[in-house]
Amino acid sequence: MNDESTLRAGEKPSVYVSAVEGRTPTNIAPSVTEAGASASSRTAVAELVSNSLASRCLGTGAAVAALALPLVSSSTYVIQIAVDALIFVMLAVGLNIVVGYCGLLDLGYAAFFAIGAYTSGLLSTRFGWPLVATVPVVVIAAIIAGLLIGGPTLRLRSDYLAIVTLGFGEIIRITANNLDFTGGPNGLYGIPDFGDFGLRADIALYWITAVVVIAAVLFSSRLGRGRIGRAWRFVREDEDAAEAMGIHTYRVKFAAYIAGAVFGGIAGVLFAAHQTAISPPSFNFLWSALILMAVVLGGMASTPGVVVGALMISLLPELLRGAENWRYLIFGLLLIVVMVFRPQGLLPAHPGEPRRRGRRAREGTS
Amino acid sequence: MNHLQLVLSGLFVGSFYALVALGYSMVYGIIKLLNFAHGDLYMVGAFAGFTVLSVGAGALGGGFVALIVIMIVAMIATGGFGMLLERVAYRPLRSAPRLSVLITAVGASFALEYGIAVAFGPTPEVYPVGVQDGTLHIANAQVTYAQLAMTAIAVVLMAALDTLVRTTRSGRAMRAISQDPKACLLMGVNVDRVISRTFFIGSALAGAAGVMAGAYYGKIDFLMGFVIGLKAFTAAVIGGIGNLRGAVLGAIVLGLLESFGVPTSAASGVTSSRSASSFSS
Repeated sequence: MNDESTLRAGEKPSVYVSAVEGRTPTNIAPSVTEAGASASSRTAVAELVSNSLASRCLGTGAAVAALALPLVSSSTYVIQIAVDALIFVMLAVGLNIVVGYCGLLDLGYAAFFAIGAYTSGLLSTRFGWPLVATVPVVVIAAIIAGLLIGGPTLRLRSDYLAIVTLGFGEIIRITANNLDFTGGPNGLYGIPDFGDFGLRADIALYWITAVVVIAAVLFSSRLGRGRIGRAWRFVREDEDAAEAMGIHTYRVKFAAYIAGAVFGGIAGVLFAAHQTAISPPSFNFLWSALILMAVVLGGMASTPGVVVGALMISLLPELLRGAENWRYLIFGLLLIVVMVFRPQGLLPAHPGEPRRRGRRAREGTS
Repeated sequence: MNHLQLVLSGLFVGSFYALVALGYSMVYGIIKLLNFAHGDLYMVGAFAGFTVLSVGAGALGGGFVALIVIMIVAMIATGGFGMLLERVAYRPLRSAPRLSVLITAVGASFALEYGIAVAFGPTPEVYPVGVQDGTLHIANAQVTYAQLAMTAIAVVLMAALDTLVRTTRSGRAMRAISQDPKACLLMGVNVDRVISRTFFIGSALAGAAGVMAGAYYGKIDFLMGFVIGLKAFTAAVIGGIGNLRGAVLGAIVLGLLESFGVPTSAASGVTSSRSASSFSS
């Protein structure tokens, strides 16, 4: 399924005729052009090969750079910001599974983040568990939360999922704010880290975070390319057709939602370890919206795009200190502008499997 | 607090939820779009009223006339914003997949919130209420005249909307578009203009609700639309989204529930999920 195909429909002039006739034809049209286009696209193939090579080198390069950062600069400030950025990358990659691959709009993603952070924070501060031991519990908690929210809503149209997740995000935050054992508005503090392994504590945490996040990025990108990833994209493009082709759409959407939840939960553990103190305001709607923005800005369903988007969204504020509200205003406008003029994002996805590049060449470049 | 008091304040709160829910429901009915920015239009209305109040405080004086002038100005301003939003953000995407439109709506909501935060500063503003605080005693409950007046205005607005949608030509066009936009186009209805008008009306109602909320709570801030947006959506869904009378009913039910002490913000999320699931057919 061609990623840009449906999105490109937005570029047509806004005549209502195209709007009302639009839906199905735009979905079908690209596959028709694609069938007859393979012969004339040698240059396109070359371009695509170089593109994808570049992106693979880029990926490895980025991973190496991320791991090597403390050797280059080990100031507390740099490490601090880098950990924040990496956690944000992980969140964005997780949300990308839900929004980018499967096309389900989740506006309460920070809820899973909060569940992860609070679960591990509670277990480690109240019960003295080592932080590593809380990870399996966090995963289970995230899955349960995903089941509770996804169960009823994934059967509905995506609008409902959006608003229900929005409500869910608020519920989690307000619950954490009002319960005593979560520390109420003060939150939890004194959360331990993973241990320092004989290094400076923040650098040890940085490396752990970097390894986890790199693994997560790889995992999600492989996930998107596999059988389940194809099913997700199919469901996103046309749910009815997918169902007719024998995809159990409900189960597939559930898988995406749960995968996203688990990513969010693990990012929450990293966040708790990094901040050592968590409180409800850290998990408000702003966070969910920022993560969504990273995904949309970078390019939905495109892993390199999403990583770049997340880095931009999380590092830009450091450059624009003191202009908080302007920043969010610009983000909001940017979201509209991107959706209207470049719905595929900054670094759009190259759909299709790498080995069959020749046959599908047209998709990546068009 | 006795029961009558609770019922009265429930009805009052419900009436301005209803104004917001109506806009939600209208927009959803006509182009099947969940306008996430709708709650923020309500906030814009409150700030528009605030601007008029603080600029023209001396000229307008107190009293109901002032309140009505403020409301009208705020409604026009908010309606204009709504139309602008539709023109800039939603119309170009009308043929795009649903996901892009939803994301755009989130962006619009963000832009409105922080646009106001930039313009007015992020701290809450105190609303200089324009109406003297006389109270009316009914049995052992009390209502302020301001509340009564605002409820009356809300009811008038709702009745006007109902008449508009049910009896006028443009109301007929709206109902027709909500059933089948393509056929409307073929029948010579100017679909774009009708949708634009729908946004104007829906947003203007939200703006009126914003002024009411400002005068009632006495304080406004740029994030006040977020929770109201959720609640209004809940109200619209309870009543059956797309159905205007249903939206009003849902809002009043919600207002009553709230004044009888059902914890709200969270409950609103729960009810919205519950009502969404009961709506699944």
